[in-house]
Amino acid sequence: MVEQQAVKSEAKKSSTLLEQLISAPDGESVLGCMQCGLCSGSCPLGYAMEFPPRKIVLEARSGNIDRLVSSPSVWMCVGCYTCALRCPRGIDLTDTVWPALRDRALQMGIQPPVELRVAFQNLYLYGNMLGLSPRKRLDWAKDLDVTVRDLSKEPQPVEVLWLVGCYPSYYPRNQVVTRAFARLLTAMGVRWGVLGKEEKSLGDCDRLFGEEGLFEMLVESNNKLFQQYQFEKLVLLDPHSFRALQKFYPRYGVNVPAQHYTMFLADRIEQLRALLTKPVNATVTYHDNCCVGRRCGSYEPPRALLQAIPGVKLVEMRRNREDALCCGGGGGGMWLDGHITQNGGHRLSDERVKEAAETGADILAVSCPFELSRFEDSVKLANLEGKLLVRDIIELLAESMDLNERGAA
Amino acid sequence: MRIAVVLRQVPDLVEPLEVAASGDALDFEQASFLLNESDDHALEQAILLKEAVGATVIVVALDFGDVDNTLYTAAAKGADRIIKIPWDEDRPPSTSSLAAMLASVIKTLEADLVLVGCQAHHELDGSLAPELAAGLGLPYVGVIRGVQPTEDAQRVRAFKEFPGAVMAQMNVRLPAVLGILAATQAPRYVPVSRIRAAAKSTKFDEQAVAAAESESLLKVCSLSPPQALQHAEMLDGSEEAVAGRIVDILMEKGLLK
Repeated sequence: MVEQQAVKSEAKKSSTLLEQLISAPDGESVLGCMQCGLCSGSCPLGYAMEFPPRKIVLEARSGNIDRLVSSPSVWMCVGCYTCALRCPRGIDLTDTVWPALRDRALQMGIQPPVELRVAFQNLYLYGNMLGLSPRKRLDWAKDLDVTVRDLSKEPQPVEVLWLVGCYPSYYPRNQVVTRAFARLLTAMGVRWGVLGKEEKSLGDCDRLFGEEGLFEMLVESNNKLFQQYQFEKLVLLDPHSFRALQKFYPRYGVNVPAQHYTMFLADRIEQLRALLTKPVNATVTYHDNCCVGRRCGSYEPPRALLQAIPGVKLVEMRRNREDALCCGGGGGGMWLDGHITQNGGHRLSDERVKEAAETGADILAVSCPFELSRFEDSVKLANLEGKLLVRDIIELLAESMDLNERGAA
Repeated sequence: MRIAVVLRQVPDLVEPLEVAASGDALDFEQASFLLNESDDHALEQAILLKEAVGATVIVVALDFGDVDNTLYTAAAKGADRIIKIPWDEDRPPSTSSLAAMLASVIKTLEADLVLVGCQAHHELDGSLAPELAAGLGLPYVGVIRGVQPTEDAQRVRAFKEFPGAVMAQMNVRLPAVLGILAATQAPRYVPVSRIRAAAKSTKFDEQAVAAAESESLLKVCSLSPPQALQHAEMLDGSEEAVAGRIVDILMEKGLLK
């Protein structure tokens, strides 16, 4: 299956951008574009783009793409899926048009912004975009008070193969959440395991950024790993990786049952509810991440989890569910803040924390590893320190279960 | 123009380095490797010259430290020919031995220009680039920050930075060896699809070379990881308390009176 895809990838390099778009899965829908501009109007960064989504389709049709591929606009989409959701013709701009454009730019020798270039290189060399040692993947579990089954050392059948993810494995702020999730799974009696140093990124950000070869390489590598171990389902903290497994891995013949953690826990909410004993007296607003929310339409599980916590009062931001504003970190956006602001855009997370504060909430709850650091930075920039805390849903659940490590609540 | 570029794999410092059981070398079996940074710039500079004036770029590398992926990447970037020198030892040769081995291969290439990274972090016994120049009997200019073609095909323009932000511009008569610190632009990113395509189509030209007898003047007696003797002091407390402590420290160190 992977071989077939590789052959197809090679073939399309000689075609025009429009032919490349049409040949992609779901790509023919591009022909139905009526240039209404809803995509550009709803794009949160469209105002700063020389070529917003509507113009990209227009230029692709014209066949004259030299100016298009060299425009900074090529690297300004943060994969929020708003354009795809709004399109009255159902054109999947985020998953089809943008990656094809970027792939074309890369094949033409256009260099992506340097931060992204380094992130790609890191992923190629180390399997994570942070450029850290694969041998340190399990550092988060040092001195943890629950057993971590590292399947790469002791293969054994497990109920849940937990793909920890890159930020949750390495980034200190996220490691607090990772450890809390390990305790939470254990407290629920789930038999879980991790891949340790063998784990690699699933590559969703790279696919959206047109680095198709890198994505294919990761699919092949991860598929081999999945086949080595016995598990009932994959559970992921990262919604982008969940999305990649759900939609794109099957295109390479890789079909594995997977759930984002909010879905996994919501399916067990009655069991969980019995463990949520300590009140968390706070007004909480929830930020819908783009992949689990707008892309997959899963809006209620995270809210059900928050509402199950005694003491939590859930309030909504004015833009919520499918209208939620993106944090700006998806699709490689974590590595593009500099490029976006240099080209007239702004950090969407800075805008979003103000919306959260408007609700009067004490806590902005999130369910994506990118959002913790993005929103915590934005809270500082917006002078909201001490007024608005940013917490992963896992941290709030763990607090109610009295599972957080000291000082982490 | 024919340009020879030397590429070396060096231990990747992202991974913790371990000392071999012998105690006098790194444990290369445990190390992972990546392309030496200034060699990457040397390759980029060669490709830029090729794009500017047309050139044949020939990469020469020792088969050590998982070099194949690096060579496929070089091919994907535009290298025309890849020469790999077989090497079965569990540690790399000394710098002078490597220079002699490379010189015996590069001599046969009739290269106008030889580009080598001007430094590598695992070089203990001198820099490769000037030793290679000596082995080839060619003039050498090191620590170069950019090379441009000139109207005279027998010369290139090389830029070298001196202390005080003084930039020297030299017209270098060819053939010559240049030790590259940085290319005119950062090494380019090449999509992985191209590297994978290059891996399928590229044939390495393997040229066995007898290991040079030249003996290093440096003898490593023992190797050990650095030990942390003290740590940074983190200042806690109110802004006033922290500011007061900083002033105290500066006075203790004699920086304030």
